[in-house]
Amino acid sequence: MSRFPELARVGAATLALSLLLAAGAASAGKFGIGREARDEEVAGWDIDIRPDGQGLPAGSGSVQQGEEVFLELCAACHGDFAEGVDRWPVLSGGADSLASEDPVKTVGSYWPYLSTVYDYIYRAMPFGDAQSLTPDEVYAITAYILYMNDVVGDETFVLSQENFADMRLPNEANFIPDARPDTPTLADGEPCMSDCKGQVEITGRARILDVTPDSDESN
Amino acid sequence: MARQGSKGGSGGVASRRAFLKGGVAAGAAAGGALATGALGGSAMAQNADNMAPNVADWSRYLGEGVDARPYGTPSEFEAHVVRRNVEWLTASPESSVNFTPLHDLEGIITPNGLCFERHHGGIAEVDPADYQLMINGLVDKPMIFTLQDLMRFPRVNRIYFLECAANSGMEWRGAQLNGCQFTHGMVHCLMYTGVPLKLILEEAGLKPNAKWLMPEGGDSSGMNRSVPIEKGLDDCLVAFKMNGEALRPEQGYPVRLVVPGWEGNMWVKWLRRIEVGDEPWHTREETSKYTDLLEDGKARRFTWVMDVKSVVTNPSPQAPLLVKGHNIITGLAWSGRGTIDRVDVTLDGGNNWRTARIDGPVLPMSLTRFYVEFDWQGEDLLLQSRAIDSTGDIQPTKDELRAVRGTNSIYHNNGIQTWHVRSNGEVENVEVS
Repeated sequence: MSRFPELARVGAATLALSLLLAAGAASAGKFGIGREARDEEVAGWDIDIRPDGQGLPAGSGSVQQGEEVFLELCAACHGDFAEGVDRWPVLSGGADSLASEDPVKTVGSYWPYLSTVYDYIYRAMPFGDAQSLTPDEVYAITAYILYMNDVVGDETFVLSQENFADMRLPNEANFIPDARPDTPTLADGEPCMSDCKGQVEITGRARILDVTPDSDESN
Repeated sequence: MARQGSKGGSGGVASRRAFLKGGVAAGAAAGGALATGALGGSAMAQNADNMAPNVADWSRYLGEGVDARPYGTPSEFEAHVVRRNVEWLTASPESSVNFTPLHDLEGIITPNGLCFERHHGGIAEVDPADYQLMINGLVDKPMIFTLQDLMRFPRVNRIYFLECAANSGMEWRGAQLNGCQFTHGMVHCLMYTGVPLKLILEEAGLKPNAKWLMPEGGDSSGMNRSVPIEKGLDDCLVAFKMNGEALRPEQGYPVRLVVPGWEGNMWVKWLRRIEVGDEPWHTREETSKYTDLLEDGKARRFTWVMDVKSVVTNPSPQAPLLVKGHNIITGLAWSGRGTIDRVDVTLDGGNNWRTARIDGPVLPMSLTRFYVEFDWQGEDLLLQSRAIDSTGDIQPTKDELRAVRGTNSIYHNNGIQTWHVRSNGEVENVEVS
């Protein structure tokens, strides 16, 4: 009782039903814990999309349709042209900026796969109203983002379940595997313990000195 | 009746409040006038009525009874020990981060209420009665487990650090934030109680072509990451307790994934589903974010492990040196690749090093506590710590990191931190030649 006080709030019928389900379709595993998930349960939660298109629902949407939805639901944070507002993410532009002092990492300049756009928009957007968009709306918004990034040039372009996996983003080839450790290890020798540097100079100081909020106001 | 204590209960409260106010004011001045003035005495405002030879209120009058604090909280005098954020770092508090006050903590275990928070869609408030964990994809049977189900599996207790890959991310281009809470506070270390993920996956039955896992959160960001199946079968946990009690809502109540040694973003909170697949998903948090942009414009992906790292937590900008004479330097070291073998500390910016004393448990993929005792006579110090782990990895200097990765990387900055201690005890975040 102490571990599961919430059980008291569960109706007897519901409890009986779940016990019945558990007994009726137990796992094949050695503990016999849990129950088999029904198809409609999996369908309701299985929302992920892969680069090869696995997981995409039926549907389609055009750049023009996407513009309408984007202006209504997305532009307040991401800007009318997906250029970003305040500190909210910039979704367009940034071409050829990755090797500069000020890289702008957008869908067009940085993201390797279009599936990520669809997957993320459906699961997490609009911010504060996740998993509320229809497949056609997500296809349309994705098409609009492609257009704003010059990945497609025709505003009549229609993105769909059929042509989705054929789409390529420009920066796909620039992702490489982890190469760490990439700094000296003990295999390169013991680190120096004495008289390592000679004169040591301060070369930089904290730019932001007042990050610590006033203590009696921070509570 | 010379003693203030004779005022009775209400007077006691009033004097406690006065004491608190004084203490808070002194705390707020840390880094400023306090250090200068403190060199001759104590850091805290004092009330002689409470000190020898007088008898304090708390020594004379009854205190609160056992039912006054059914869930205990820290002393009111510790009210400054809190998580803090840097508001301008992010666009909204629902998708933001705050920081563990490392400079106020000791040992290796982080108190539950002080573990830094990083949310992408706010804190999901999950009713444990309605909690479900779904396993689907390349399994013999898609399964659903309730919280009660999970608690019937064999469970284990493990102490692990969790570090956000972006910890110290503001410091790539140079010293930025003045306090180890802000430069290094996206780390915490807890004892987790949970079920080895392997047991849960086996209960569903893995298909032969199962190569990747996609844990997914039940929050409004639906946080999802790709985890190679080898890691999932090795040491990942499906955890429901932190330091012995239920996970806090902000840490994923009722269930989170534990991915020892790997970047915190993969430790999916409010875990609602794990899909099994034969390829990675390339989710937003492993493409747009949590990839390491190099100087030539290429970016490393799937940079999961957290490298060997350490920081001096005291003294540090929020915790100045107060008194000359015998003093203690302390800090934390950790590595996602194994245990901490050694920590060296320098007082002169890296010219001469001494090996620190490690105290407390030394566990793999856990925080490790180190100490150096020294005599300070007001000379300028340039404090650094350098950790070495059980695989022979050595914590690099920031310049060594920049030489191979540039300054646009954001993530995985494990470079050596420098604190400049001035003659008045104030401490500043600096970089040195």
